[in-house]
Amino acid sequence: MAEYIYLVPLFPLIGFLINGLLLGRLPRAAVNLIACASVGLSFVVAVMLFIDLRSLPEGQRVLEQVLFIWIPSGSLQVNIGFLLDPLSAVMILVVTGVGFLIHIYSTGYMSHDPCFGRYFTYLNLFTFSMLVLVLADSFPFMFVGWEGVGLCSYLLIGFWFEKRSASDAGKKAFIVNRIGDAGFLLGMFIIFWQVGSLQFSEVMASAPYVFEAGGALITTACVLLFVGATGKSAQIPLYVWLPDAMEGPTPVSALIHAATMVTAGVYMLARSSALYVMAPDALAVVAIVGAATALFAATIGTAQNDIKRVLAYSTVSQLGYMFLACGVAAFAAGIFHLMTHAFFKALLFLAAGSVIHGMSSIQDMRQMGGLKKYMPITFITMLLATLAIAGIPGFSGFFSKDEILWKAFSSSHGHLVLWIIGLITAGLTAFYMFRLIYMTFYGKERMSGEVKHHLHESPYSMTVPLIVLAVLSVAGGWVGIPHVFGVTNHFEHWLEPIIAGPHHEAASHALAAAGSSAATEFLLMGLTVVLVLFAIFGAYMLYRKRPELSTSLAQRFSGLQTLLVNKYYVDEIYGAVVVRPLVSGSVFLWKIVDVLIIDGLINGFATIYADISQLVRRAQTGRIRSYATVFVLGVVALVGYFLYW
Amino acid sequence: MPVSAFLVLAGVLFAIGTVGVLISRNIIVLFMCVELMLNSANLALIAFSRALNVVDGHAFVFLVLTVAAAEVAVGLAMVITIFRNRETINIDRISILKW
Repeated sequence: MAEYIYLVPLFPLIGFLINGLLLGRLPRAAVNLIACASVGLSFVVAVMLFIDLRSLPEGQRVLEQVLFIWIPSGSLQVNIGFLLDPLSAVMILVVTGVGFLIHIYSTGYMSHDPCFGRYFTYLNLFTFSMLVLVLADSFPFMFVGWEGVGLCSYLLIGFWFEKRSASDAGKKAFIVNRIGDAGFLLGMFIIFWQVGSLQFSEVMASAPYVFEAGGALITTACVLLFVGATGKSAQIPLYVWLPDAMEGPTPVSALIHAATMVTAGVYMLARSSALYVMAPDALAVVAIVGAATALFAATIGTAQNDIKRVLAYSTVSQLGYMFLACGVAAFAAGIFHLMTHAFFKALLFLAAGSVIHGMSSIQDMRQMGGLKKYMPITFITMLLATLAIAGIPGFSGFFSKDEILWKAFSSSHGHLVLWIIGLITAGLTAFYMFRLIYMTFYGKERMSGEVKHHLHESPYSMTVPLIVLAVLSVAGGWVGIPHVFGVTNHFEHWLEPIIAGPHHEAASHALAAAGSSAATEFLLMGLTVVLVLFAIFGAYMLYRKRPELSTSLAQRFSGLQTLLVNKYYVDEIYGAVVVRPLVSGSVFLWKIVDVLIIDGLINGFATIYADISQLVRRAQTGRIRSYATVFVLGVVALVGYFLYW
Repeated sequence: MPVSAFLVLAGVLFAIGTVGVLISRNIIVLFMCVELMLNSANLALIAFSRALNVVDGHAFVFLVLTVAAAEVAVGLAMVITIFRNRETINIDRISILKW
């Protein structure tokens, strides 16, 4: 079956080529069909590969396919090769599955846009790049996918490029990502320098012998790789591009900026888990940055009024959760949350898109309200996703989030502070999500009469994906029900061969203490649930029961309110500290160094030569007789020289 | 007659031709001077050929004559064209070939 792996990325590539080369010549129906079918086929192949992988015995679930050698250069050899193991199998299922649903949804969402061909071309290219990223068998080939998704992200954020803010947001995303990519590249260099190979299999196998555990080199390499992850996965300090990325079409936000691309950093960390467990300091950095981002973004999310921006900060916050999991060496929990988050966050974005579609492109929640009875399907599916992200027991988010919180508390790399931050974030998440629900679907209808007249439930092409994703958001977590409920954690077990856990000693130690820790785990779980319910009640009181209370509260704490609405002024600080000096430095380089010094030198030389030529050109009179005279004199001189010298 | 007499005559003719090229302003005269130089060279070749008793010089002279005929044909055509365009054959006034 390994020989069919290449089909998974091939189908979207074909879709991209057909739609891209015949841009503007295909009717809408054909474009929709090609785009959806290519991803759908790739999903079918992914499912077949997954079933095949399951049928293999546990130790042998690694399939590799090398198509050809891409870079043969001395000791560096990079293949165009694919690696299918439990980790990448999960990823391709999520990418193609969620991607397929979002493609279908897009056919409805983009039905009024004249640029549908370009849109689906980019979307297919994105799917292809993302599949390359997760299936690559080496760091450089992964980097190809990594850059490919970055490019598609740029193109799709700036999809409505005639809008200044959209093209600016695209540039911002691209440039901020570039900063992270530099770190990723440097990390790769260190690995190649030490290991002499960039194949995942070789690097992970030989890392324990090459690197000194906890040494400076491995720590630097891991931190640099993590810098790459902070760029792509929107962590502090490079998260600023993601909220702006909401300028793109909403299905794009769902697919790229919630479900798949932004999780690439988490995937990369899980893929390199063998390196990270050898660098506890790097893990600590990951955990602290993840926890800080989770809390930081969640607080901003509570004060935003743009429905998509709330979800954007929520995404940043949930990504922080995933990194928190990776940072406490619970990579399986991180990937688990990645998967459940892909379901419910894609659903939240798609439902928000459905709301925006129905509301004639209004995104401000202050102009919504009471949408429940106009858009019942959107409302119910979005409510299910909200329950999932809030972590209500039984929904997918509960299991994954609880797994992370438990690991943050119990893991040998964990810490009480990390757990408390995670806990607070869980409460904030529930609060801002229910705030969104109450402001959008309940209460007074605050929209204008014109908008209200056009208000409608979305077409089936949009609601069906919502329903499918709602089922997944509810049930998606059941594959990873923790041990404490007396069942096997299938998900963790599935990833076990690939993910390097914390030291086995500690693991067995934890197992021995399982008797007493079960009680602790239930206690912590209960604590989380109580806090979440309390937060939901708070949102209910403030935004449903007594909306005037939220206004008076905002006035009481107007300083905090302004701080949150303005996102802690991070963009302004970056503007003053980084962007402005860079711009003035560039202006100096341009006006002084380039124009004055470099151009001056070149022009100076040119002027000198021109002046000399002015003098010498007088010799060229154009008179044949004077030429002939010089010629004869020259001949006479030469003859004289040869004869008499 | 010694070969040196022929060579002196050839040298004199060549010098006259050269001076003619340098001082004449008329293109036709200039051409005739060039012919004179060519033929003085031919004379020297023939003289050496006789003196050394080898036939190479004769052969070379034929070659030079052929080239000279072709050159005159092309040259005169150019002169006619120049005259048609500029109504002069004064070489000093045809001096536009410069910077």
